[in-house]
Amino acid sequence: MSTPANLRYAASHEWLDPETGRVGITDHAQNALSDVVFYEAPKIGRQVKAKEAVAVVESVKAASDIYSPVDGEIVEVNEALAAEPALVNTDPYGKGWLFKVRVADPAQAAALHDAAAYDALAAQS
Amino acid sequence: MRHTPLHQAHLRRGARMVEFGGWEMPVFYSSILDEHQAVRTKAGLFDIAHMGEFRVAGPGAGAALDQLLTNDVAKLAVGEGQYTLLPNERGGVIDDLLVYRTGEEGYLLVVNAAKIEEDRTWIASHLPQGVSFQDESDAVGAVALQGPKAAEIAGALLPGLALPARNRIVSTIWNGVPLEIARTGYTGEDGFELFVPAASAEALWEALFEVGTTHGLQPCGLGSRDTLRLEACYPLNGQDLSPDHTPLEAGLGFFVALGKEAEFPGKAVLKEQKASGVQRRLVALKPLEKGAPPRSHYPILDGDRPVGEVTSGTLSPTLGHGIALGYVEAGSAAAGTRLDVEVRGRRLPVEVVPKPFYKNNHEHSRQSPLRRLP
Repeated sequence: MSTPANLRYAASHEWLDPETGRVGITDHAQNALSDVVFYEAPKIGRQVKAKEAVAVVESVKAASDIYSPVDGEIVEVNEALAAEPALVNTDPYGKGWLFKVRVADPAQAAALHDAAAYDALAAQS
Repeated sequence: MRHTPLHQAHLRRGARMVEFGGWEMPVFYSSILDEHQAVRTKAGLFDIAHMGEFRVAGPGAGAALDQLLTNDVAKLAVGEGQYTLLPNERGGVIDDLLVYRTGEEGYLLVVNAAKIEEDRTWIASHLPQGVSFQDESDAVGAVALQGPKAAEIAGALLPGLALPARNRIVSTIWNGVPLEIARTGYTGEDGFELFVPAASAEALWEALFEVGTTHGLQPCGLGSRDTLRLEACYPLNGQDLSPDHTPLEAGLGFFVALGKEAEFPGKAVLKEQKASGVQRRLVALKPLEKGAPPRSHYPILDGDRPVGEVTSGTLSPTLGHGIALGYVEAGSAAAGTRLDVEVRGRRLPVEVVPKPFYKNNHEHSRQSPLRRLP
């Protein structure tokens, strides 16, 4: 799966769609986790800061913290993951999105890694 | 990190590798859920070459082992094995292991990888003159073949060999090398553990896939090994067993022969504990709500009182919900007791349930003595 060019990326393997504010984890991350079995979503309305742990994705073996890539407010969470957490594995950039954040500062979003930079990072980890 | 003889074979199959007790081991090849299901419905093959193998032999070997292990070594016939514990002076567990009587005065002990050195030091220093001890862990490679199709696959690999019955071990020659095959496992399914010289382990692994792939045989890693054993409520040393918990507290009294004549370390402690009752028990917990699975070290509460801690927990692929083992105060341990597990600051309601979570219903499956646990 190639890294979508329209998204921005955090070093902790989250992606942000600057247009919609949606956040998820990358294909690299879902591959490392393997089967996602449970998603603990953040509360809607929560104010979050960049790099703050705001959600948890549980694989069979362990719980993984999900960090907000930017400052903002949680405005929506992906309800589909309650019944089908495996969407995070099968469609990490699409139906497996985790939550939507109202981005406080677009410049902060723009400063995240682009696809090429993220690929380079991921290749090292 | 150390590598087993099967390391290249794992890389060839695209395994995701992790560090485990100083070894680099496969955690999964396709996925944990997929491999778990393969073992429950067809067959899986596990690399267990990291585990330890000791040979204890000579006149009095059996009696010597009876003074070190909790179960009744004296009652083993040649070709028979038993699950047992290696206790410390306080009645706690140094290791859990399988001991097989391979000859009149010859025994094979199969021990946990993380405990090879400790077990070796302890056992070797306690054996009397005349009883020999050999650590063959590096010389032997082992694999575990598990699942309802395991017997068919083993039969295809070793045509003409009468496969051993549950808890028995037989020796044969395969490909010109000695092969021992024991009917046992850590998954709750029918299965075998096969032991060959380390240099032949890779050939054995590939040969099993040659005959087994058509029966649905898949390579399986440590991830599914853990979910399988936890569904069957088999304890893991280092999590559910420890030097500070007795086998009686762990519910393993069936494997502690307090009535045997031989004295073993901690016997008096365990006798006293049996008489007065255990103060805490290793129980099986089932969540009553959908949520994150309980994990090791999560606190267990009875009302507002902390009464214990989770030792092992995971999502059960077969059952589709979280499952866990944990020690709780005896007063909160009865089946049906409603407790809470603290998960990231919130309470997850759970219930104490009888062990095991999963019992296989396959034809030709042998009764595991572990299933007779209360």
